[in-house]
Amino acid sequence: MSSNLARLDRRRLAALIRKEAVQIVRDPSTLLIAFVLPILLLFIFGFGVSLDANSIRVGMVVQDSSPQADSLAQAFRASPYLEIEESPAIQPLRERLVANRIRAMIVIPQEFGASIDRRAPLPIQVATDGSQPNTANFAAAYVQGIYGTWIEQQGMAHFAPTVGVNARYWWNPELKSRFFLIPGSITIVMTMIGTLLTALVVAREWERGTLEAMMATPISMTEFIASKLVPYFVLGLGSMALCTVLGIVVFGVPLRGSILALFLLASAFLVPALGLGLFISAATKNQFVASQAALFSGFLPSFLLSGFIFEISSMPKVIQMVTYLVPARYLIPPLQTVFAAGDAWGMFARNIAVMLAFGAFFFFLAYRTTRRSLD
Amino acid sequence: MGRLKAITIKEFWALLRDPKARMGLFLPPLIQLFLFSYAATLEVRNIDIGLYDMSQGRHSHELVQQLNGSPNFRRIVPINSPQELRQAVEDQRVIAAIVIEQDFDRRMARGDPADIGVVLDGRRSNAAQIVASYITRIAGGIGTQVKQLGEPESVRVTNLFNPSLDFLWFNLPSLIVMLGVITSIAITGLSISRERELGSFDQLMVSPLRVHEILIGKMIPPLCIGLLNGVIFITAAQLIFGVPFRGSYTLFISALLIFNFALIGVGMFVSSLSQTQQQAFLGSFLLTVPLIMLSGFSSPVENMPDWLQVLNHANPAMYFLPVAQGIFLKAMPLSAVVSWMWPVVLIAIVTLSASAWLFRARME
Repeated sequence: MSSNLARLDRRRLAALIRKEAVQIVRDPSTLLIAFVLPILLLFIFGFGVSLDANSIRVGMVVQDSSPQADSLAQAFRASPYLEIEESPAIQPLRERLVANRIRAMIVIPQEFGASIDRRAPLPIQVATDGSQPNTANFAAAYVQGIYGTWIEQQGMAHFAPTVGVNARYWWNPELKSRFFLIPGSITIVMTMIGTLLTALVVAREWERGTLEAMMATPISMTEFIASKLVPYFVLGLGSMALCTVLGIVVFGVPLRGSILALFLLASAFLVPALGLGLFISAATKNQFVASQAALFSGFLPSFLLSGFIFEISSMPKVIQMVTYLVPARYLIPPLQTVFAAGDAWGMFARNIAVMLAFGAFFFFLAYRTTRRSLD
Repeated sequence: MGRLKAITIKEFWALLRDPKARMGLFLPPLIQLFLFSYAATLEVRNIDIGLYDMSQGRHSHELVQQLNGSPNFRRIVPINSPQELRQAVEDQRVIAAIVIEQDFDRRMARGDPADIGVVLDGRRSNAAQIVASYITRIAGGIGTQVKQLGEPESVRVTNLFNPSLDFLWFNLPSLIVMLGVITSIAITGLSISRERELGSFDQLMVSPLRVHEILIGKMIPPLCIGLLNGVIFITAAQLIFGVPFRGSYTLFISALLIFNFALIGVGMFVSSLSQTQQQAFLGSFLLTVPLIMLSGFSSPVENMPDWLQVLNHANPAMYFLPVAQGIFLKAMPLSAVVSWMWPVVLIAIVTLSASAWLFRARME
């Protein structure tokens, strides 16, 4: 490899990029990640991950034989939100709860009907499985809602609150969770291609010693790196485009902003993603370690610390601080905006600047590490 | 027996020789455990909301005070114009903004029903809905002095096993499953393909080792690492995070062992199909994602469409997740554990035999 680091010969670079592109096309695993992973992720998010519980399996014990208890039990059975499993006693249901076969149990107590007649209703009991807090909350809320409607029908309506709340959800009035899952999938796929693939591919050159062979050729360092990055940059944009088309066509997510903004944001994010991949490969020089490092520093933070599913503001202070170091954190809000709301250039520019700054930092690290290893 | 011992030692050596690889086996999972046990929460707290108060009266002040007093809200950002409101929501400085119309106070003073408007960020629909429910609850309490009939005491909710619904108690047992999937499949996935790529596979083939000895030798190190990581996690969950462990350790470790066999089977299968480490790694990653996403960690299994639930029967994490949570918090008894884990045994048998068959087929 020539000592002149900045030299860029167009023909040589083109040849190298072609070599890399052929390698990508010949290895089915690369195309698997670039095109099968996006489809898989979108389908999992589109169908498999519904954050709102729809039909929760709940046990029920009716200890009272009055018509009122019967009518309330019927209301629970009729609810589309609950799948009621009845039992004459509490103990078997408790065992089902421990075995994770039901999520909660409802007990309509003895004397319930009589208490309704006295217009002083006895409380019904709900025991949820706290080992899954989110589902437990949903189960309790559904039971409370059904009970509230029922008691109103009994003519014991609790009066309407004086202050009503008139909620309007901007950009997503139907509250489709796909609106935030599609930008999330794009982020994950681009992280995988930028960080993981690059880290693996360059680490393989180190591991097999082909990098040293490269040094003996007139190729400059910049040419070598550019030849590795350009194909993966294109691949990253390609799978982003695939996600977008699928999101629009199959899942009905709107793209209210411009395609230009979408591509600028994606390109800006690929810079730190590729830089991190390059740095990992130079620092590890081993495919196994590189894969683990890419998984733990690229994929998992993009998934968990980017604000894509989990709200950053709910995390403890220390972890909130860590999220500032995750480039994906700066991609998710503008991506959500470009899909759901439209172009907001002020916000895009700020986030693009931060992503590029991260990119510059990772490339500097990668450059220094490579330099040191080659000397 | 001597041969088996030799190949096992060789496999351990291959895995642990490189100091970076050694770190890669234990350090990342531990860091993840710390980071993600706190990060992966669907709770919505410390939120900033905007307030566009055109009424500025006694009742709207009462509302502001109530909001300020709620532990869920961190800051109430004053907003003075519709443009400012749009900007604040669009830039995600606030997730919601409350709009109080001019006549709000007058209406309240007259005893008329009055509405407040809430604009929510639909881009984050899930969090927005939770915020809306917080605001509704607080607004409902304004101006009412009379105790409501039939609410809220008429439904008495108890949360068993985790009375305060602490998310950590859910996250730690679940993370043992998630991190197990990630590490075990990756380690096994790379083992055979590495030999292929480096050319040492042929040397193995000409050695006196039998196929089953090679495979067992390749299974033991990831099995040990999976168990060791599991034990570290259980200890950390109790000592550092204070999550109670109420069940039987023997039962947990046995279930973890079975689970790891199934994961290693999956990893071996991918490994025998791959020519290069890159293929093995990407292939196992492609399997890891659905295994984790569909395990029931991010959303309940029964919410998935039927065809996906059928496919999910082949997912070992879907069975082990309730067991891990159950033994930790609910002291799940043997019978229930068996009812969940027997399909995992089947998965392990099927994947391990399939990879042995593939391995043999490739050899000839």
